[in-house]
Amino acid sequence: MNDMSPNKAEREAKLEGMGCKRKRVEDARFTQGKGNYVDDIKLPGMLFGDFVRSPHAHARIKGINIKKAMKVPGVLAVLTATELKGVNLAWMPTLAGDVQMVLADGKVLFQNQEVAFVVATDRYAAADGVEAVEVDYEALPVLVDPFQAMVKGAPVLREDIKDKTEGAHGKRKHYNHIFEWTVGDKDLTDAAFRKADVTIKELISYHRTHPSPLETCQAVASFDKIKGELTVWGTFQAPHVIRTVASLISTIPEHKIHVISPDVGGGFGNKVGAYPGYICAIVASIVTGKPVKWVEDRIENLTATSFARDYHMTAEIAATKEGKVQGLRVHVLADHGAFDACADPSKWPAGFFNIVTGSYDFPVAHVAVDGVYTNKAPGGVAYRCSFRVTEAAYCIERAMDILAQKLKMDPAELRMKNFIRREQFPYQSALGWEYDSGDYHTAMKQAMEKIDYQRLRAEQKRKQADFKAGKTREIMGIGVSFFTEIVGAGPSRNCDILGIAMFDSCEIRVHPTGSAIARVGTKSTGQGHETTWAQIIATEIGIPSADVMVEEGNTDTAPYGLGTYGSRSTPVAGAAIAMAARKIKAKAQMIAAYMLEVHEDDLQFDIDGFRVKGLPEKFKSMKEIAWAAYHSVPPGMEPGLEAVSYYDPPNMTYPFGAYFCVMDIDVDTGVYKIKRFYALDDCGTRINPMIIEGQVHGGLTEAFAIAMGQEIRYDAGGNVLTGSFMDFFMPTAVETPHWETDHTVTPSPHHPIGAKGVGESPNVGGVPAFSNAVNDAFGFLGSTHIQMPHDYWRNWEAAKSLGLVK
Amino acid sequence: MIPGTFDYFRPRSVAEATKFLHKSKNASVLAGGHSLLPMMKLRVAAPSALVDLAGIAALRGIKKVGGNIVIGAMTTQHEVLASALIAKHVPLLHEAAQLIADPQVRYVGTLGGNVANGDPGNDMPAVMMALDATYKITGPTKRRAVKARVFYKGLYETALKSGEIVTAIEIPVPGKHGFAYEKLKRKIGDYATAGAAVVLTMKAGKVSACAIALTNLGATPLLADAAAKALVGQAPDDKAIGAAVAAARAIMDPANDTRGTPEYRKSVGGIYVERAIRCAIAAAAG
Ligand SMILES: Cc1cc2nc3c(=O)[nH]c(=O)nc-3n(C[C@H](O)[C@H](O)[C@H](O)COP(=O)(O)OP(=O)(O)OC[C@H]3O[C@@H](n4cnc5c(N)ncnc54)[C@H](O)[C@@H]3O)c2cc1C
Repeated sequence: MNDMSPNKAEREAKLEGMGCKRKRVEDARFTQGKGNYVDDIKLPGMLFGDFVRSPHAHARIKGINIKKAMKVPGVLAVLTATELKGVNLAWMPTLAGDVQMVLADGKVLFQNQEVAFVVATDRYAAADGVEAVEVDYEALPVLVDPFQAMVKGAPVLREDIKDKTEGAHGKRKHYNHIFEWTVGDKDLTDAAFRKADVTIKELISYHRTHPSPLETCQAVASFDKIKGELTVWGTFQAPHVIRTVASLISTIPEHKIHVISPDVGGGFGNKVGAYPGYICAIVASIVTGKPVKWVEDRIENLTATSFARDYHMTAEIAATKEGKVQGLRVHVLADHGAFDACADPSKWPAGFFNIVTGSYDFPVAHVAVDGVYTNKAPGGVAYRCSFRVTEAAYCIERAMDILAQKLKMDPAELRMKNFIRREQFPYQSALGWEYDSGDYHTAMKQAMEKIDYQRLRAEQKRKQADFKAGKTREIMGIGVSFFTEIVGAGPSRNCDILGIAMFDSCEIRVHPTGSAIARVGTKSTGQGHETTWAQIIATEIGIPSADVMVEEGNTDTAPYGLGTYGSRSTPVAGAAIAMAARKIKAKAQMIAAYMLEVHEDDLQFDIDGFRVKGLPEKFKSMKEIAWAAYHSVPPGMEPGLEAVSYYDPPNMTYPFGAYFCVMDIDVDTGVYKIKRFYALDDCGTRINPMIIEGQVHGGLTEAFAIAMGQEIRYDAGGNVLTGSFMDFFMPTAVETPHWETDHTVTPSPHHPIGAKGVGESPNVGGVPAFSNAVNDAFGFLGSTHIQMPHDYWRNWEAAKSLGLVK
Repeated sequence: MIPGTFDYFRPRSVAEATKFLHKSKNASVLAGGHSLLPMMKLRVAAPSALVDLAGIAALRGIKKVGGNIVIGAMTTQHEVLASALIAKHVPLLHEAAQLIADPQVRYVGTLGGNVANGDPGNDMPAVMMALDATYKITGPTKRRAVKARVFYKGLYETALKSGEIVTAIEIPVPGKHGFAYEKLKRKIGDYATAGAAVVLTMKAGKVSACAIALTNLGATPLLADAAAKALVGQAPDDKAIGAAVAAARAIMDPANDTRGTPEYRKSVGGIYVERAIRCAIAAAAG
């Protein structure tokens, strides 16, 4: 060894590569208020747009009078569907193969739908203009209950397609029906149910909620008439897709469209789709020749841009009396609102809901999903989860508990009995997925030991006895959740968005002095990509992560990518980064061989450079090699040290975890106390344990909110009752429980660095843990299933329906 | 979330303020703005002008005047919370102020604004009813005083007439007493699902005086007179407390909102009344 050089550990530490709890580099600007968000963008002469929105959930528009609005000082233009028709943009395509009104065309279909767009010199004038627009509505019967959507005589919502019997995903059964999607073997599944010793069946609803990122959706559009170029700054999770969509629906060629996502303040799926606000800002900029800014307020965000969930799942399990699962049958009624604007890969109208067999070895299964229209906001986005994966995880984790209750088995034991075993991976699920890797038994055992599961159950028994004896009014629940996710969409053979394969990309340029810039096709909305992407490169090519600048979000400079959502950044772009880095490493090896005058096969990579095998003192650092790349490359080799990789993943990745929630509920008030929450995550290789922990904390906080009260609730008239943070439950640090985190590591066998993605696991696994805790608390009193959300008054309702309230 | 246009006026004295209010049609008093501005942003409130009381020094401060604590209307909720005088003489007020909103709101929101707002969700009105406080009011031509117990007329409807300003809140310092403010809320910063204020005195094992008032359990804050009467003269045993709770429940008429159904809120309202009574009894006895 070359003992002159610092020791291995020191050199490795200097890189701050994979596995290092490196501090987030982006926080320096965020914590000092120096981030650059869309609303920070101010251009000379910039105008503001604001929407007139419908107070009605369903109404015909008999007239729109803009005369008074045009007289408001500062108001320059009012766009309605009529103007948009002139440029063929009154309707826009959705990611799900439907069309959506940009501005109300003849009728409105949900409360707060966009009706007109007022453009003015400042925000205040625009808001005054909105007040002055007069819209004549004729109210129509309102449909809010998805279970009433397909009954005879239900109100016709979508007159534009009422006679169409074929939709984007096959046959339509009713004018309010969008699609039916089925998967699995129905006959075999039905047969399993006929033979089963025990079956359960339950309607498990996952209520409508909303991703509600702190920063709402916003855009600034600037059209340069002279150059014919359009620049759009926006809160986009997928800027390249926005550019392509913008080009497809406008007449502007794609190379003349520049889409930029600056710093984005949270996305959680809310910022994947295309919204009327973007289109109107663009059209207004083209019309006025000035930059136009559109910024949504909180009420608009909660009531008009994409919601999540609203899945009503009838789940059935067939099992032997010993508790071996034999078959799973699920029917889903999916409420998509007024337009089908789900943000799923195009061929997957119900996302990856067929992960619903979860972590269990179901020999057969069958799923059918019916999507319907209602008078609610469109959306159905993956709120911090891969497409419909959290709905699936909730469904199976609740159903397994219900089965355990029926079998009088412990829910953890039932899960252990049915887990896919380690040696079964790669595992073919009954609903068509190939699970890449997993070790569920080890994770579950570790979790149960850490929380001392048996002691908790003993404590619960005592409390139940006390309750029955009238000594306490509190009941205790232990929520068990063992989830398997499917993330990293995805392989081109089954995943595309509007025909574009769901690869991702990275371009790395190493500069002569050995620092580098990496540009990636994803877009961090808070995940810390600037920190973790550099860590991957640091380990792969041996330059310190501090010397790697990461850039995302500018479609002119970043290679084409499909963006950040569905926990896909690490599984897909993370792989592209590693592959690009390996190309650089390969070239660096050739250069090093030339410098050291050996054959490249005689070299081995050693932390931060190449060393001649057997001659350890012959070493060239990456810094030296980088210089040589611009100065003295081997004859015939192109100078420079750059690489691009487009990565088409061979498979998805399958993170998993074991979560436990311990909760007490006062039956007289419904007030709950979360006593403990333990989360074990297995996301494969861990790039930055601190960021992972942060992601888990954030996701668990969302899961807590959703399970315990966060909802988009409508009254019978289609009015949103939870349109602000006064009513939409957004917990503060005070309400948020303490999180205990833990992990196991089962690397993905097909991913270049073995990483699986973690950002969404806590939301996916957390919701069932909370809900199962509530249900477990009430279980011994005779209830089998209580619908979410479990806020105080609904807990009380549950207690009351069990006859517990005096 | 952008209000309409309005004029802004910042008087230096109460007289100037009332004069301006009297003159202008549809002007509103602005105190901390934490109830008024959200309503204006929703365009539910659209005053033609705001008369900001922040520049009137005479409206601030906490004093003991004889047997009363006198609090200027523009005193912030934070100042109420931080006051040693209040902690000593009207600890109920201190306890309740802690349960209002969050520190950011309390730094700016005022006591006067909280009692004058007329929203049944405000916590201070019930506290003032329980303490039998009096609101000092100045109008364009005369001054008057109105007891908190008769001030609240309906949803956002109070005894204040147009052009009138609440200048101070006067609270008679109670003798040795037990007290409690029990509030159920869903999170920090939330208004009460149900709230109950109790002030009570014990003599020889019996309740000798009692006042109970309720927050957010009707269109106005409610003085639960019959409930208090059910306790006075009684040893506070389960039966007497049960009767008080039943009497309190009987006057509750809460709204149906995302905090729960009226049935739930009445049920839980009774429980919070009971908790407040028991807490106050324990404190009074101790
Ligand atoms: C997030 C949030 C949470 C909150 N939570 C709570 C809570 O839990 N409990 C609670 O009690 N309150 C709560 N509030 C309300 C807060 O306490 C307000 O500050 C208070 O209700 C009003 O006081 P203000 O000084 O802000 O008055 P403003 O908003 O300025 O005025 C309120 C109304 O009173 C009138 N007014 C104000 N002062 C006078 C006066 N001196 N004379 C005559 N009329 C006057 C105004 O014209 C206006 O109509 C919350 C507010 C927010 C924003």
